[in-house]
Amino acid sequence: MKYDPVSVTDLNKYIKEKIANDEALNNVLVKGEISNFKNHYTGHLYFTLKDENSLIKCIMFKSSAVNLKFMPKDGMKVLVFGTVSVFERDGVYQIYCKAMQEDGMGSLYTAYEELKAKLDKEGLFKVEHKKKIPVMPKCIGVLTSNTGSVIRDIINVSTRRNPNVYIKLLPVPVQGEGAAIKIVDAIKTMNDKKLADVIIVARGGGSLEDLWPFNEEIVARAIYESELPVISAVGHETDFTIADFVADLRAPTPSAAAELAVPNISDVMLKLNSYNNRYKLALKKKIEVMKLRYEKCMNSRVFKEPLQKIQEKYILIDMQIKSIQNSITNLYKDKKNYAINMIAKLDALSPLKTLTRGYSIVGLNGKVIKSVKQLQKDDEVDIRFYDGTAKAKLI
Amino acid sequence: MGKETNFEENMKQLEQIAKELETGDLDLDTSVKKFEEGMKISKECSDILEKAEKKITMLINDNGELKEENFVQEEE
Repeated sequence: MKYDPVSVTDLNKYIKEKIANDEALNNVLVKGEISNFKNHYTGHLYFTLKDENSLIKCIMFKSSAVNLKFMPKDGMKVLVFGTVSVFERDGVYQIYCKAMQEDGMGSLYTAYEELKAKLDKEGLFKVEHKKKIPVMPKCIGVLTSNTGSVIRDIINVSTRRNPNVYIKLLPVPVQGEGAAIKIVDAIKTMNDKKLADVIIVARGGGSLEDLWPFNEEIVARAIYESELPVISAVGHETDFTIADFVADLRAPTPSAAAELAVPNISDVMLKLNSYNNRYKLALKKKIEVMKLRYEKCMNSRVFKEPLQKIQEKYILIDMQIKSIQNSITNLYKDKKNYAINMIAKLDALSPLKTLTRGYSIVGLNGKVIKSVKQLQKDDEVDIRFYDGTAKAKLI
Repeated sequence: MGKETNFEENMKQLEQIAKELETGDLDLDTSVKKFEEGMKISKECSDILEKAEKKITMLINDNGELKEENFVQEEE
């Protein structure tokens, strides 16, 4: 077996990503007691949050710490909101706190805690109930006061992001007796007539009492039952109301809510243009590839010298003909030699040859005389010499 | 509201088409078709954005009937 170890850096990076991908760990609200509190000169706060059995390291950066309404100290019981993440260098996980509140703030606080626990148990805060905020809402419904900075901020941010935005304000009181029921009615009205694609429920900062309508059960349930997605933006970044937990999306401020609800049109336009460019580039590339392939084809020998193959065949044919001719000539020569040989042999055996050496043939009436007994007196015979024939008479 | 889901789906489709075109696996005919389709959708999307009109209104309950009026911010 071969070992394939990972580096410590890679391991920590992996763990960090795992934790970052966990929705639940991205937004945690933790209750505990502060210990080891250090207010670093940079303005960042370092401390440990603990209970009877366990502890966790926490850090609160200056950017969040400036919003604190109190100075934390050791032994203080607090609620901390933030993200759990890994500090890769040291391989430790810790809470990066965005907000902190003192725990145990009397009866309102107890009521808040009890309602929160109850609704949480009922599942009103569950992620799977959260509706998606539309990417390109045609109309944005805003429930807030028609006076003050909240609606102004929302309009400013919205029109900056989308100059052609469509906002419908349904004014509601945002604090005091009777505010909650008006907010509930407004949510229902928006839903009944589907007056918008997304609703922003907003209020500026204030005390726990000021924000109270947004901690009431009827408001929480109305938000939960809303078919239109709801973005909550109540109080400052550090304030967490029940409405925030039950909303489909929590915005830290009204301006942030507008940013979350209204797409930045120039970004969208840029994106659309980038698609157009990507298409053009891709098609151009495709055509270039095709052209290259075509050129490569046309450059191949078949197209460049189409006769070459044929010429090669011609050469082969010529070679074949030559070889056939050669074999015929050779055969002829062999036969000729053989014939010459044979003729020489025949020549050697020919009787005529013998005649040149002085022999002669005696013939009688065309027959060759082989024996003296064949002859009688007065027979007229022919004597054949190599160079002619003579007649003679026997005596 | 139909338009808005359209928009989101269209954006997804645009991304899909871009990916398909960029892999270069498609034959030329299909590439050209996809290209035209993408350009058409992109045009539709920008049309939606360009044709939108700025409207900031306030809903007022007028004897049980909701009225939509232009919202004018109060000067502070």
